[in-house]
Amino acid sequence: MAATGKKVMVTVRKAPHGSIYVQESIEVMFIFATYDMDLSVVFMDDGVLALHPGQDTKGLGIKGFMASLGALVDWEVTKVYVDRQSLKERNIAEDAIISIGKDEETDAPIRPKVLDSAEIAAMMAVQHSLVSF
Amino acid sequence: MKLSVLVLEGPYNHEASDSAYNFIQAALAKGHTIRGIFFYDDGVYNATKLMDPPQDERHISKRWSELGAKGIDMIVCVAAAKRRGITNEVLVPNIRISGLGQLASMIDEADRLVTFGD
Amino acid sequence: MLHTVNKSPFQNSALENCLRVAQKGDVILLLEDGVYAASAGTARSSLIEQAVKQHTVYAIDADLKARGLGNLIKDVRVASYGDFVDLVEQHPVHAWL
Repeated sequence: MAATGKKVMVTVRKAPHGSIYVQESIEVMFIFATYDMDLSVVFMDDGVLALHPGQDTKGLGIKGFMASLGALVDWEVTKVYVDRQSLKERNIAEDAIISIGKDEETDAPIRPKVLDSAEIAAMMAVQHSLVSF
Repeated sequence: MKLSVLVLEGPYNHEASDSAYNFIQAALAKGHTIRGIFFYDDGVYNATKLMDPPQDERHISKRWSELGAKGIDMIVCVAAAKRRGITNEVLVPNIRISGLGQLASMIDEADRLVTFGD
Repeated sequence: MLHTVNKSPFQNSALENCLRVAQKGDVILLLEDGVYAASAGTARSSLIEQAVKQHTVYAIDADLKARGLGNLIKDVRVASYGDFVDLVEQHPVHAWL
């Protein structure tokens, strides 16, 4: 749906798997994407760990949400950002984070866009509402 | 001002539902409108009538139900509730189960959203 | 913009994360265990001592009283829940949970 409505940002700041916050935040993203709002998503602080490559929850007996994250773009969640410093602090390479979809024409993986904290701050400042996890 | 409130944490274990309640009471006292209160994550446990705290303690779900009786739209997320065994049968009066789309509407139709959680 | 922080700065880096992103002139509201950051003379006081140079910093009165905190960092303002409502009226809010 065209992003014509109010600006709403979902921020994800918690690590995955140790708690359910990341998974239930993704469910919010999927639903919000079907509503008339200008949705953006920011992974920051421990939230960037949700984008860590190679996650496999089989041994936990937990379904996990990797498939959902990989389908964000398919679900029209396209404005997805990640905080550069949070990645750096956790020794995660910017080009190694998991993809959230594929380019329709080239099949190239689409990854969250890496932003500096000043860019994130500027985006936050213009939101109508912010939903944080 | 029209406000919506999102509660992400369960009662008693964490202060979030108390902060949310105190904030909402202050907003009502100032004449603001609460467009809606949405319970998500473990926040869905706020709505169970099965809680039975000692008499001299606050009864959190009863408190929420009393706010609902004033006509405030109070919603428990269906997906989060199903995971946690919160069904229509255990809800206090004046709170209903519905989907995350209701949170989208509460955000759209309010001037502000305030989130309380852990 | 209004930023709320509800975590003790001794256990969690939410306040530091918030201060890294908050823009000059943004308002910081400490509530729940977040109010421990407002205490003077602690090993974490410097966070708010620095923050008050760029931000107006509030701490919720009921949370301070519940925790027996009275010796606060200079320039931290004590806020009622009603003041919290007024701040929300003035700014969009992000909760650093």
